[in-house]
Amino acid sequence: MKVDWTTFWPRILQATGETITMVIFTLIFASILGIIMGLLLFATRKGNILENRFIFSFLNLLINIIRPIPFIIFLVAISPLTRFVVGTTIGTTAAIFPMTIAAAFAIARVVENNLVSIDPGIIEAAKAMGASPIQIIFGVLIPEALGPLILGITFITVGLIDFSAMAGTVGGGGLGDLAMTYGYQRFDTSVMIVTVVILIILVQIAQFIGNMLSRFFLRR
Amino acid sequence: MIRLERVSKIYESGGKKVEAVKDVSLHIKKGDIFGIIGFSGAGKSTLLRLVNLLERPTKGNIIVDNYDLNSISSKDLRQLRRKIGMIFQTFNLFNSRTVYGNIAYPLKLEKKSKEEIHQRVTELLQFVGLEDKADKFPEQLSGGQKQRVGIARALATSPDILLCDEATSALDPETTNEILNLLKKVNEEFNITILLITHEMNVIRKICNRVAVMENGRIIEEGEVFNIFSNPQEKTTKNFISSVVNEKLSSSLLEKLRKDHERKLYRIVFSGDTASQPILSTLTAKHNIHFNIIYGSINELQNQLFGNLIVEFIGADSQIEEVLKELTEIVEVREVTNGES
Ligand SMILES: Nc1ncnc2c1ncn2[C@@H]1O[C@H](COP(=O)(O)OP(=O)(O)O)[C@@H](O)[C@H]1O
Ligand SMILES: [Mg+2]
Repeated sequence: MKVDWTTFWPRILQATGETITMVIFTLIFASILGIIMGLLLFATRKGNILENRFIFSFLNLLINIIRPIPFIIFLVAISPLTRFVVGTTIGTTAAIFPMTIAAAFAIARVVENNLVSIDPGIIEAAKAMGASPIQIIFGVLIPEALGPLILGITFITVGLIDFSAMAGTVGGGGLGDLAMTYGYQRFDTSVMIVTVVILIILVQIAQFIGNMLSRFFLRR
Repeated sequence: MIRLERVSKIYESGGKKVEAVKDVSLHIKKGDIFGIIGFSGAGKSTLLRLVNLLERPTKGNIIVDNYDLNSISSKDLRQLRRKIGMIFQTFNLFNSRTVYGNIAYPLKLEKKSKEEIHQRVTELLQFVGLEDKADKFPEQLSGGQKQRVGIARALATSPDILLCDEATSALDPETTNEILNLLKKVNEEFNITILLITHEMNVIRKICNRVAVMENGRIIEEGEVFNIFSNPQEKTTKNFISSVVNEKLSSSLLEKLRKDHERKLYRIVFSGDTASQPILSTLTAKHNIHFNIIYGSINELQNQLFGNLIVEFIGADSQIEEVLKELTEIVEVREVTNGES
């Protein structure tokens, strides 16, 4: 069975828009949550500026539990919570919730890893100048780690495009949904190819923007 | 300015205890350039970091600028830290900020206006001689330039005290001298008290007026640099001193000297005024004997000369005895034996 391309292009356009929406909103929410968690994770670590064993162990455990769950399973497992928060489990908005949660934990680790690699001497220098923990977090930790942090978040963004395709298959819409319903279930290779090409282009764009931003902050 | 009273610091990690600082008492006066020298692991960094409470003492009292650090509130501590600059062996500059941004950072913490910051940073850039590097990032600078930025940054808030943790240990000898001169200038022009730690006696010799020798967490010897150099008591101190005044002759050189000179060899140590007087020639002339300088070195220390000669005397034994007796009353004289080189 062949699709009618004149009516199909608008659908592709719409699906692309849905994918971009899912990725961008997820990225915004997950970055906020992930950066906060990552900073807390780092700052509460033993010997660091806000050392707190309880918060650290709790966050660490939570991340270690959620991170290894395959996204497609996480998506289904978390659906009662999604319904509770968003009101439904179907549609683009509903897909953003589980994507945000999963990505936030990944970003938290990326943030933590990048902060750990900052020379402790630099933090100590700021401390010796009388900087408060908050001033150290915003004036030293974030700026010092920003370049590699952006690369890490770019990597996750690319992963989000992948997540969005999966979320699509369970009713999230977007390119993944399109590829599945037309390309996979109706054996229409041309639709498959078009969606794949668009996905590749999206990934390239995300990577390009990420590289550019990180280069700007790394000045290399 | 800085007073430590019976201070100890014990680190506990993984059930193991390390006593890095043991029962140390020190008094650093305003205007001092006080040096602490010791081998790696002696506890110098720990001691230095106690002064701005980057480490908390396990026992004892630390008083800085009239604040008792045991009872200081965290707000007062941040305030006090702005009056204590610190520079580091590895510079610890903010890589994400330009030279200008690095120096401006402590001023931003004080919520100074843009204009005030600009004026102060410009002043400091000029002081450390980096006016043309304001917009460079640390990675674009040489080691010496990085330490200049470190010094400018530490001085930004016009501190009373500057702490230096091996500030020149990552630099080549020439750059080390430049940075030491700059530190001296900091001390003289702004009357900033400097507490520095190092493992190089050369650093102590060049700029410190007082020195403490640290070993295994303890201060084993302390005093005016000149006195310590001219009359060291402890073996470790002597080792450090010999590293800069070439006091120690290698055994091969000593052997060679012995081969060429069959007479007894004497080491004569001059210090202060005695180094600038013709003592040897006066005495030998008086007793009608000659002397021959086999080896010697003269160093400048705190604007005083510090000399070290190995000589042999030529003449009648009885006259030599007389000269030695009179010499001993004025300077330090030791016979050079095989054990002592
Ligand atoms: N944070 C720390 N935790 C545990 N042990 C430490 C710590 N810092 C230093 N030490 C130990 O304390 C001793 C003194 O170290 P340090 O003050 O750095 O000496 P120095 O600066 O003279 O080389 C060493 O044995 C070192 O291993
Ligand atoms: Mg050290």
